[in-house]
Amino acid sequence: MPERSMIEISRVTRSYGAFKALDETSLTIREGEFFSLLGPSGCGKTTLLRMIAGFDTPTSGSISVDGQPMDGIPANRRPTNMVFQSYAIFPHLNVEQNVCYGLKRLRLGADEEKRRVEEALSQVSLTGLGKRGATELSGGQRQRVALARALVMRPKVLLLDEPLSALDKKLREQMQVELRRLQQAVGITFILVTHDQYEALAMSDRIAVMFGGKIAQVASPKEIYQRPVNCQVADFLGGMNFVKAEIVEENGASMILDTPGFGRVKTDKPAAFVRNGKGATLGIRPERLRVLWDDTTDKYEVAGKVVDRHYFGEITHLVIEIPGFDKPLSVTETNNFGADDIPVGAPIRLAYDPDALVALAD
Amino acid sequence: MKTLRNFTPSWLKTYAFLYVIFLYLPVIFLPIFSVNTSATPKFPLSGFTFKWYGDLTRTPALTDAAWNSLLVGVSASLLSTIFGICAARAITRYRFPGRRTINGLLMAPLVLPEIIVAVSMLLVMLQLGLSLSLITVVFGHVLICIPYSLSVLTSGFEGFDRSLEEASSDLGESAFGTFRRVTLPMVSPAIISSLLVSFTISLDEFIMAFFLTGTEATLPVYIWGQLRFAAKLPGVLALGTLLLAGSIILLTIAEIVRRRASNRTQNMGGMIA
Repeated sequence: MPERSMIEISRVTRSYGAFKALDETSLTIREGEFFSLLGPSGCGKTTLLRMIAGFDTPTSGSISVDGQPMDGIPANRRPTNMVFQSYAIFPHLNVEQNVCYGLKRLRLGADEEKRRVEEALSQVSLTGLGKRGATELSGGQRQRVALARALVMRPKVLLLDEPLSALDKKLREQMQVELRRLQQAVGITFILVTHDQYEALAMSDRIAVMFGGKIAQVASPKEIYQRPVNCQVADFLGGMNFVKAEIVEENGASMILDTPGFGRVKTDKPAAFVRNGKGATLGIRPERLRVLWDDTTDKYEVAGKVVDRHYFGEITHLVIEIPGFDKPLSVTETNNFGADDIPVGAPIRLAYDPDALVALAD
Repeated sequence: MKTLRNFTPSWLKTYAFLYVIFLYLPVIFLPIFSVNTSATPKFPLSGFTFKWYGDLTRTPALTDAAWNSLLVGVSASLLSTIFGICAARAITRYRFPGRRTINGLLMAPLVLPEIIVAVSMLLVMLQLGLSLSLITVVFGHVLICIPYSLSVLTSGFEGFDRSLEEASSDLGESAFGTFRRVTLPMVSPAIISSLLVSFTISLDEFIMAFFLTGTEATLPVYIWGQLRFAAKLPGVLALGTLLLAGSIILLTIAEIVRRRASNRTQNMGGMIA
């Protein structure tokens, strides 16, 4: 993948009165990458997207696209196109007219225009539906028209504002795969706004996790999931067990933590780590803990008692109380070996991988 | 319970029937007497004729009045619709202090006593030194028509998603281009509806026209003038019938257009949600 930067956001703030929707945010998005802005509602992700599109103006700071500063450039003269959350399909036009809406201004000539519309429709698997009226489309088809309409303009950046949130679960999962495939086929930089962590993890090259108008972490899906910088990010990206720990040693990029159950653990020190007394938090994902059956043993294990059990079909969620831990641990175990039959109250031993233990800034 | 339930509808039916008779009986007499051979409107009817209708075209004063009404109606409906578009767009798209007050003030002519408004308009026109003519009538009619135009247009502008205009601009269209290619087609049913409704109102309006016109009469003013002559009554009835039919047809078209438009925007809204 080329490492050339496509979007530079530098120290952008957007305030509405006293409220800061975006607070001194800086970010670089690379050419050709699938980038996600992930966060709960009100975290500023949509505001940022709308400022890149030109529908909103930064109170301070600047945005540039492909080296061009965007200050004062209106939405209709930016090399970006957007897929709206509501799709915003023009209801008085048919599919074809919707798709070539933006092409009309380019005066390409009838043949070239037709060729590009056909191409865009085939990219989103809508070939043959060109004459269909906008009001006769299903939710999934409307989504595809919105995509084709934006792609046909061959933008440098495609902006997607929660494009899958209106679809049902099956269709949403199918579209995740298709969107990813489409992005790789056209090679355009995609910026996706979403509050769904699985969507972001499944589709993105990199993710920026945002809270309260600030970016908490920018990294690949795997790194964000496995090495979250703080408890907030860790918690937003799926389940996480938080264990109170004591800092024994802290030097440069690593630190040694002591916990009653896991003993002394050496971990990477997160970038955002700010020492606050002797305390710290150690996190481990529920699926990184493994039930030890019968007489099997492991170099790293803790023992406790099952206090609750939740059945989810392919997996079972066990809640396990361990002496010395302030909170019970959550464990996710596949049902291959009968985790769904472990009775509540039974003693249990868990194995863990010390590499899966991650130090978290509070 | 059962007797009560049975009694209420039959009682209601009678009431509703009488009510409709009361509303429409005078309206039904109009066409009936307009095709009666006798010059005096009374029963029994003496015979069937279209003579009175034929006479209408041979009365120059009437054709003049009809032409005047058409001129006034077209101008007033165009002006009130144009002002209505501006006001409706401002009220639905922008948040500004006094938005509700301005909306209320624009709708006020609907409930103000028309004769008072007409007299005040007359005073203003005279103060401004304008001589009374069809133009002053148009001013008066615009004032009366704006509330109707505004309410029809406001619902038209409110009905569609803001992001449609953003999408247009995102696809490279200028502000004016967006208005022409997206906003206008989306609200065109409301515009047509507004034109038809305000034309109909102007066509039937008497008080403003009576006070503000100079020597040229509009149709209602002409009819009023003819009522003094008993012999002219059948002609007035024929003319009234035509006006009535015209109004009903125009208002029906306006309502059909409006419903189609609201169906369209509602369908889309439903899918979005």
